[in-house]
Amino acid sequence: MTATASERAAAPSSGEPLLRLRGIQKSFGAVHVLRGIDLDVKAGEVTALVGDNGAGKSTLIKGIAGIHSFDEGEYVFDGRPVTVHNPKDASGLGIEVVYQDLALCDNLDVVHNMFLGRELRHRGLLDEDAMEKRARETLNGLSVRTLQSVRTKVASLSGGQRQTVAIARSVLWNSRLVILDEPTAALGVAQTEQVLLLVRRLADSGLGVILISHNLNDVFQVADDIAVLYLGQMVAQVRKDDVTSNQVVQLITTGSTGAEGASA
Amino acid sequence: MTATKKPESPAVAPEPWQAQNLGGIWRSYVAKVRGGDVGALPAVLGLLVLVIVFSILRPDTFTSELNFANLINQSAAVTVIAMGLVFVLLLGEIDLSAGFTGGTAAAVMGVVMTNHDQGWFISVLACIATGVVIGTCIGLLVARLGIPSFVVTLAAYLGLQGVMLEIIGEGGTIPFENESIRAITDKNLPVWLGWTLAAALVLGYAAVTYLRNARRRRAGLQHEPTLLWAIKTGSLAVIAVLFVGYLSRERSLNPAFKSLKGVPNSMVVILGLLLVLSFLLGRSAWGRHVYAVGGNAEAARRAGINVMWVKLSCFILCSSVAAIGGLLLAARNHSVSPQTGGNETLLYAVGAAVIGGTSLFGGKGRVVDAVIGGTVVAVIANGMGLLNQEPGVVYIVTGLVLLVAASVDAISRRRAAASGRA
Repeated sequence: MTATASERAAAPSSGEPLLRLRGIQKSFGAVHVLRGIDLDVKAGEVTALVGDNGAGKSTLIKGIAGIHSFDEGEYVFDGRPVTVHNPKDASGLGIEVVYQDLALCDNLDVVHNMFLGRELRHRGLLDEDAMEKRARETLNGLSVRTLQSVRTKVASLSGGQRQTVAIARSVLWNSRLVILDEPTAALGVAQTEQVLLLVRRLADSGLGVILISHNLNDVFQVADDIAVLYLGQMVAQVRKDDVTSNQVVQLITTGSTGAEGASA
Repeated sequence: MTATKKPESPAVAPEPWQAQNLGGIWRSYVAKVRGGDVGALPAVLGLLVLVIVFSILRPDTFTSELNFANLINQSAAVTVIAMGLVFVLLLGEIDLSAGFTGGTAAAVMGVVMTNHDQGWFISVLACIATGVVIGTCIGLLVARLGIPSFVVTLAAYLGLQGVMLEIIGEGGTIPFENESIRAITDKNLPVWLGWTLAAALVLGYAAVTYLRNARRRRAGLQHEPTLLWAIKTGSLAVIAVLFVGYLSRERSLNPAFKSLKGVPNSMVVILGLLLVLSFLLGRSAWGRHVYAVGGNAEAARRAGINVMWVKLSCFILCSSVAAIGGLLLAARNHSVSPQTGGNETLLYAVGAAVIGGTSLFGGKGRVVDAVIGGTVVAVIANGMGLLNQEPGVVYIVTGLVLLVAASVDAISRRRAAASGRA
């Protein structure tokens, strides 16, 4: 996994974005949730997606992940226009989502969870050896040092460790774009630090990362790009270094600021 | 935690339980039990206590070879139905109709065999097919329509009783004349074959687990310490020798008239099902998905597992295995009546699975739990009978044992939640 990841990292992040959305529209009945969203996500970068509750963040990532499809708009992945109608299409492209509730099975161990639904088989039977080996390699590749054993049940892991398992699962399958939904929401200070390091490492290994977060400290710590949603519109997508925390707060709460020109 | 790791495995520290000596194995096992992962331990301990108590109270009847073989044939049907129930319980669902599913399947078999003069093969096929049909109906209603399994199977419990009455006729019975079917619970394996199967079982277990351990050790993966392997294999061998040895002794009351020795045929049915079903649950992707759906159905769905199919297939399997249980009931009684699979059969079967350590909350359990729990239930019924206790007392004691088992389940879950082993 590490080898292919570093090859991907060779592609300069300044080129064509990995994911390009243009003019995305989505309504649920009479409710117009997304009103012409533009978003660029580059490989090797962390793009933070911020916005207040109800701004449309969840709808946007669910659309990217194929849980529901967009009504209108251009969905370009890796330079090719694609249609994503269901989660299978998305994972076929290499898009993985780590949901806030992680979706892990407490009664299964780390290896089983990482391969859940995509078990490796050998002559029709589970290939436990190969799965355990690959799980370890992936965790090692991410420099995860917090797990005591890959055969511990997930129920016995801490919040940060569970998050780590969920993230490791998302990169197990030659994924290109990983979407993280509030990965630090329920974590303590030290665990938040570990998870953010992991998020940074994902991007450094060449993957595109979308990070949804309410915590601007986290955003400013790991993001390269900040995209701000306000009432279903993308009011700004700016480089982190071009804005201050206060400006982002203003964008989130009012949808405008003096720095808006930077998004052009 | 990072400080304890070794250089050759940067991410994952060596297993704390990978102790190579007796003390270490014992300590890690105690830690596991204390953490709430009790497995079948309470059932095994309970079984030992029961056997000791009954052996002291009725030394000449309870421990006799005849009673021992009898016990196996008595418990066979309940144990088999419990094995099927494990799959449904693993999902966090229940099948209250499993007993009458067995009864109905046996009734269909009786009709095919007696009224239509078919051989045993066609009859058994019809029996299992009946189970598949019933399981499919229940499974579709639960998995597709989303009706709680408690309600669906309660309806099936009532409905199937009616179906049986219609098939058999009120108050009637269908006699089973077929020798092949009756032989399952009436006849025994030849002594030599019993020993051969026992040897094959022990050697097979030893070889498979040893090779797996060796392979995993070479690959640098977690493996069982060789000492632990030796202890497990040794225990299995001792149990097998005691078991087959005891059953191979003459147990006929009048040996000159008719010799009676060897492992009962029903034991072979139980062991066969145990092996096949355990293999399915432990080594196939489908089995893994059963655990996943029982643990967190939403996570399973998001992981791309077809949750509906997993549920449906578990109900089909449960009912098909229950049909085999019904076959054993009919074979033992030499007939099918509207009561076959009724009375306490179902509740004993659910009790057996739970007493053995299968959780009613889903996600935790093994097929072997049903066998251990089924033995506990059978020993209670058999021993209390020998003590000449009234049926009322037997029911009360069985109920209490089930309550204790459910409490152990609930308490160990709490401990597991606290220590994070769940």
